[in-house]
Amino acid sequence: MVLATALAACGGDPATTEGTASGGGGDTIKVGLLHSLSGTMAISEVTVRDAELLAIEEINKAGGVLGKQLEPVVEDGASDWPTFAEKATKLIAQDKVATVFGGWTSASRKAMLPVFEQRKALLWYPVQYEGLESSPYIFYTGATTNQQIIPGLDYLKEQGKKKLFLVGSDYVFPRTANKIIKAYAAANGMEILGEEYTPLGHTEYSTLTNKVVQAKPDAVFNTLNGDSNVAFFKQLKSAGVTAESMPVLSVSVAEEEVTGIGVDNIVGHPVAWNYYQTTETPANAKFVEAFKAKYGAAKVTSDPMEAGYNAVYLWAEAVKKAGSVEVEAVKKAAGGIALERPEGLVTIDGETQHMYKTARIGIIQPDGLIKEVWNSGEPIKPDPYLKTYPWAGGLAS
Amino acid sequence: MTAVLEKPTQKLAPKEPRQWKGAAVFVAVAVVALVVMPLVLEPFRLGLLAKYLCYAIVALGIGLAWGQGGMLTLGQGVFFGLGGYAMGMYLKLNDAGGDLPDFMVWSGVEELPALWAPFGNPVFALAMVVVVPLVVAVALGTLVFRQRVRGAYFAILTQALAAALVILLIGQQGLTGGTNGLTNFFDFFGNDVAAESTQRGLYLTVAIVLGVLYLGAWQLVRSRFGRLLLAVRDGEDRVRFLGYNPATVKTITFAISAVMAGIAGALFVPVVGIISPALLGVVPSLELVVAVAVGGRFALAGAVLGAVVMGYAKTYFSEELPDAWLYLQGALFILVMTLAPKGIVGVAAALRDRVRKEASA
Repeated sequence: MVLATALAACGGDPATTEGTASGGGGDTIKVGLLHSLSGTMAISEVTVRDAELLAIEEINKAGGVLGKQLEPVVEDGASDWPTFAEKATKLIAQDKVATVFGGWTSASRKAMLPVFEQRKALLWYPVQYEGLESSPYIFYTGATTNQQIIPGLDYLKEQGKKKLFLVGSDYVFPRTANKIIKAYAAANGMEILGEEYTPLGHTEYSTLTNKVVQAKPDAVFNTLNGDSNVAFFKQLKSAGVTAESMPVLSVSVAEEEVTGIGVDNIVGHPVAWNYYQTTETPANAKFVEAFKAKYGAAKVTSDPMEAGYNAVYLWAEAVKKAGSVEVEAVKKAAGGIALERPEGLVTIDGETQHMYKTARIGIIQPDGLIKEVWNSGEPIKPDPYLKTYPWAGGLAS
Repeated sequence: MTAVLEKPTQKLAPKEPRQWKGAAVFVAVAVVALVVMPLVLEPFRLGLLAKYLCYAIVALGIGLAWGQGGMLTLGQGVFFGLGGYAMGMYLKLNDAGGDLPDFMVWSGVEELPALWAPFGNPVFALAMVVVVPLVVAVALGTLVFRQRVRGAYFAILTQALAAALVILLIGQQGLTGGTNGLTNFFDFFGNDVAAESTQRGLYLTVAIVLGVLYLGAWQLVRSRFGRLLLAVRDGEDRVRFLGYNPATVKTITFAISAVMAGIAGALFVPVVGIISPALLGVVPSLELVVAVAVGGRFALAGAVLGAVVMGYAKTYFSEELPDAWLYLQGALFILVMTLAPKGIVGVAAALRDRVRKEASA
């Protein structure tokens, strides 16, 4: 009988959990925030959640959306992909949220994708990723490959770096990114001297560093994620590698990660993103100030945080334009929306549901911030399947 | 933890009236599970319950191997995963309809690997759900039990197996989907896998499978073989002197628990919609052992109860306190283990004995 009562308790109270369709009823609009608050990804994802909460607070202060206040419902993805799928289902089916802002790793996005497609709900995914995807129920507010990785490669080519070594974590983003890098290299007369993967969370890099040093590349393209970067950059430094002798271009190291790695270990190395804390726009001055005021002066802002912060504003703008939180109406209204954001002008491409974004290459400074040394001049049209790059033919098939 | 590892003093065979009561409780629980739950629970909650019941099937196997047989297996995730991947491979191939599954395309695989080809056949895939865990468990059991590997050494070995399988799966992205695992399923034997009716049918299937396996395990424990298994647990050498081969008894039991985990994994995939290395590594394997300990490992019902309670606790705590739920889950385990080393079922039995004593006094 204990079993029976325990099972009965699973039901909760339907009267209190029942919401109205699409979170539109009542005085508030519910929105879901689904990031890892525990586990290996928590260190990165908590900051994105914080940035999204800031955006919600600001929008509410300015009167909300359609005259209603936004009510965040926070869930923990626990750095575990099946949990992301379960919590996404909960937010959609039980809380009846109007939209969800969430995810970081591509694995978490791939796990959530069927949930959003099957239930015709909307996900805003705020992190740069490997492209080759365009779900009708996801808006991608981070960069796709032609807004980050390809500009990064263009930068290395411009610097005269002809021989590259590829280092990455063993999951879908680094593997797909490296496939694209190899195709680019073949078309641009660059040579790939080696390609190495380590499991997520790996921290032993002496063998790998030896391989890299012995291969004598002009530069390293780094797609390691998370804690591994700490061990990798420490090992490189102790092997005598400097940013001058062998620059390591990273695409998953931002301001937040620099602190963890230790500035001394990574100073002078280049990174590729669309936003830095130092990016000079009026919107960014406001964003940085507001973030520090809410969470502490020592906090930094980074690209994925900014992309998450933008996602909330872009969704709110689409809802205003649509006059409704209904998913299909919001999707239809979203195309063409252009907002001045901290990274500059961001426009939603209605066809791919990706953003026009300005690519920026930066160098890590001794104070831990990143100084921009190159940018694409104007926002780049998103091309997740790299259709406009002849050398990329066959990658997406 | 020492309390958990302590050898129990086994009670004698249950008397006849208790069996009647046991049957009544079983029928009551079955009615609640099969009739009441689908009526009162929202589809999303029913789906979660189906997930807990999948874990309960694994827990039942752990209860058999560990509670009855004394084999502390910390790697049931391996068999869960083998069953789950067999099912996932069939579903992926079925959805792809002759093309390559999606993850192979973005992993740069150009033609279907030979390992995958036969899994397009549903009969073969379903057979593999049982056969692969069975073969692995028999092979492992034969090797280690004959060498008289037991106790902590056996536990460590099973745990290492779980860790090794995770590394293997992650490293072979083109073949296994890597850390992502297999997801994005559409069709389940002609039904839309996400549809409410399919999910309700799956829930009932899981509940019935659990019920049938539970009855089977219960019969096994009551049989001569069950007596022998208890004897092996409490005095392996004495059993050997009596002329039985403890290695055979243990291998058979371990294989049964592995097959249960495999079946649970196969059911889990359409219920939850994903199978990934994160579900079958060391941590999830340990979580299930913890659940069995919380429920009470010396009774099969305790194992099932523990899995459902811990599954529900995880959902409840993580929804109520997304920032601190892990601490609460840990606290629940510590609390139960320190106050009630025989788990929830042990507390219930102690209460019943006290009531009976007072009644007879």
